[in-house]
Amino acid sequence: MRCWALWVPLVVFLGVVALGAWRLTGTSETVVKSALVGKPLPEFSLPAMVEGKPGLSRADLATGKPRLLNVFASWCVPCIAEAPQLMRLKQAGVEIDAVAIRDRPEAVAAFLARNGDPYARIGNDQERRVQIGIGSAGVPETFVIDGQGRIAAQHIGDIRAEDVPKLLKALEAAR
Amino acid sequence: MIAEAGLAALWFAAAMALMQLAMAALGLRLKQDQLVEAVRPVAIVQGALAALSFGLLILLFLRSDMSVLLVAQNSHSAKPWLYKFAGAWGNHEGSMLLWVTVLALAGAAIALLEKKLDRATLTATLGAQAFIALGFYAFLLIASSPFTRLDPPALDGMGLNPLLQDPGLAFHPPTLYFGYVGLSIAFSFAVGAMLTGEVGAAFARAMRPWVLGAWVFLTIGITAGSYWAYYELGWGGWWFWDPVENASLMPWLAATALLHSVNVLAARDGLRAWTLMLAVVAFSMSMVGTFLVRSGILTSVHAFAVDPTRGSFILVLLALYIGGALALYGLRVGRVKAGQGFDLLSREGGLVLNNLLLSVILGIVLIGTLYPIVAQAMGEQLSVGPPFFNKAAGPIALALVAAMAAGPLLNWRRDHLNPLLAKLTVPATLAVLVMAGTFAAAPDAGWMEIVGLGLAAGLAVASFAPLWKRKLRRVPLFTWGMMIAHFGVAVSVAGMAADSAFTSERLVAARYGQPYYVGPWRVVLNGVAPVIGDNWSAVEGRVTASRGPVDGPMLLLRPQRRYYSSPPTDTAEASISTRIDGQLYAVLGQQDAQGRWQLRLWWKPFVTLIWFGGGLVALGGALSLLGRVKRERRNARRREEAEW
Repeated sequence: MRCWALWVPLVVFLGVVALGAWRLTGTSETVVKSALVGKPLPEFSLPAMVEGKPGLSRADLATGKPRLLNVFASWCVPCIAEAPQLMRLKQAGVEIDAVAIRDRPEAVAAFLARNGDPYARIGNDQERRVQIGIGSAGVPETFVIDGQGRIAAQHIGDIRAEDVPKLLKALEAAR
Repeated sequence: MIAEAGLAALWFAAAMALMQLAMAALGLRLKQDQLVEAVRPVAIVQGALAALSFGLLILLFLRSDMSVLLVAQNSHSAKPWLYKFAGAWGNHEGSMLLWVTVLALAGAAIALLEKKLDRATLTATLGAQAFIALGFYAFLLIASSPFTRLDPPALDGMGLNPLLQDPGLAFHPPTLYFGYVGLSIAFSFAVGAMLTGEVGAAFARAMRPWVLGAWVFLTIGITAGSYWAYYELGWGGWWFWDPVENASLMPWLAATALLHSVNVLAARDGLRAWTLMLAVVAFSMSMVGTFLVRSGILTSVHAFAVDPTRGSFILVLLALYIGGALALYGLRVGRVKAGQGFDLLSREGGLVLNNLLLSVILGIVLIGTLYPIVAQAMGEQLSVGPPFFNKAAGPIALALVAAMAAGPLLNWRRDHLNPLLAKLTVPATLAVLVMAGTFAAAPDAGWMEIVGLGLAAGLAVASFAPLWKRKLRRVPLFTWGMMIAHFGVAVSVAGMAADSAFTSERLVAARYGQPYYVGPWRVVLNGVAPVIGDNWSAVEGRVTASRGPVDGPMLLLRPQRRYYSSPPTDTAEASISTRIDGQLYAVLGQQDAQGRWQLRLWWKPFVTLIWFGGGLVALGGALSLLGRVKRERRNARRREEAEW
């Protein structure tokens, strides 16, 4: 057998590896476009989760100003990790609403007392119906909602420090 | 303590793998017999430790220990025990642990059972096996530990994806893993043989049972997976060319080619370099498949966790193992002596043709699966679907079916055309008659379907032609296995062609009591009622179906729309009635504003043959394996007696 032919499989394989590596590193965006991006939020109305803070309905999210909708739960570990970033966003003047998933009022109150409270409103989604309706699969997830109540972007997983500028940019773009 | 014990067992198993690799490498290099001798027991201990670790993970799931992150994320205390059990591997970390456990147990099995290989090659093989296992241990221990604790513990778990709550699926991944990991053994054998340069009939005979076993498991896994998708997803199809399906099909194609070339190597000492190549490629395809599925690079209906870190880790392992093996191949295969030669028209020639056709199909599937990524590199979003795969791979698969009819009738080394054609007269005539008959009955069926039905009939007869003029009692078991496997392919192909050519489909907005027609069936929706299950609630349609006279016998179908509360998910449960000549398939959809129910109906003539054929193929493989093992045992006994 000719000598160079023996190396063809390795070359082809390295091509596949390069392709995989490019795909993994090149576009590792955490702001994922979901099927619902660009679509209006569905009609919903959730009761209040904690005392002294209003619940959440669709109308609250179409106020003419872009805002964030954070899906969280007190029992979710990554939600603790992202709490400081949400506080940073709040200090930057962003309005943030939340949907709390399958939670108890006292657990949420304790969570907010411990990790800070960036939210204007918190809806109580016991059955996860709203979460499914807006195309969220887990906690935490964060949606950028434009002034008309449409989903402008979806961030899956916890918000890290490096995601904050991206989210601010997405909010700016949704204006 | 159970979680900590599991983690500790995993660390110890990893340490054993490291020791196994070091002892094999040093023992061979320094020619230290004591080190070489110790490799086997270390491999056995490694297998036991990995099994212990996996067993403890299962125990955590069975006890619903919500202080373990993995259990909290993937289980729920209200689940039936079978799904708690299966939940242990119905997730990323657990399935990786299952993978490494099977790998380690396979290494232990080689250490215990393998007696045909020379000691150097066996030691090199166990070293390679430990090297593969080490990467996966590192992956588990560094990037995705299944035993991470959750503090404070969760109140209850998030549940298992309801689509996975099915007895078939509970055992589908382990089956496929046995197949994948069996191929890792063939890979280790090939690496071992390349290192020592001992490639010959003895090597092929040692590797063959492992390839056969892996191939049987892969066949069962793919067949079961196809039937699961068919009845569980409710879309009425049995193969979608989804990346995850392709990920299991590609190793199967390579393993099928390997199985045939290893026979040439064992019987005639030919195709040495090619067999080594296939052994490397077959396992590479398992790894590439795992990588594509696990990294989230490709989108699929059932892709697992989307996680670039895990993807990078698998990619590095992939580059290391497969790149390393292919580099070794480039360096060493030139030195492997060419085997025996043969004529083009011979059993060897037939098996080479089989290998070429299988390789082309493998290439098509690989290109079709990777093409979306390439297209994305050029700034385009697209997906490659069934139209491409069917058109590109279909004709080659049909050529392969035709070749399968002729191949087993050829003699080793050299044959002549005339006797072959004489043996093929009956099958070829039958094939042409079936094609003509099908075309006359259903001219719109499509040429691939018509040719497929004809070739299937021809192959079904030709499969048993090797029995011609032989005493049935004296035909060896592995020949029976080969014939049954080939016959199974004919049965499957007939099912695929019949389903594709003759299926009728109806989508109706059904009113209660009104008849609708699909194929020969008259179908009536009589009512819709709520039902409650273990961990779901549902609305269930009561559908009756009859064919022939209006007052004839009735079938009752009960398609459901289920709602699972943890995690909240809606699923459609198809109701399927199996008749002797096909399946009637009903799916209940949404209710519209006028109170009508969406009802999807399919009549699928002879569709069950697809999976029945797959089962026959696996059975044939199993019989073949049994026959080979028996014969090797007998030969070994004879050799021993001769030595006395």
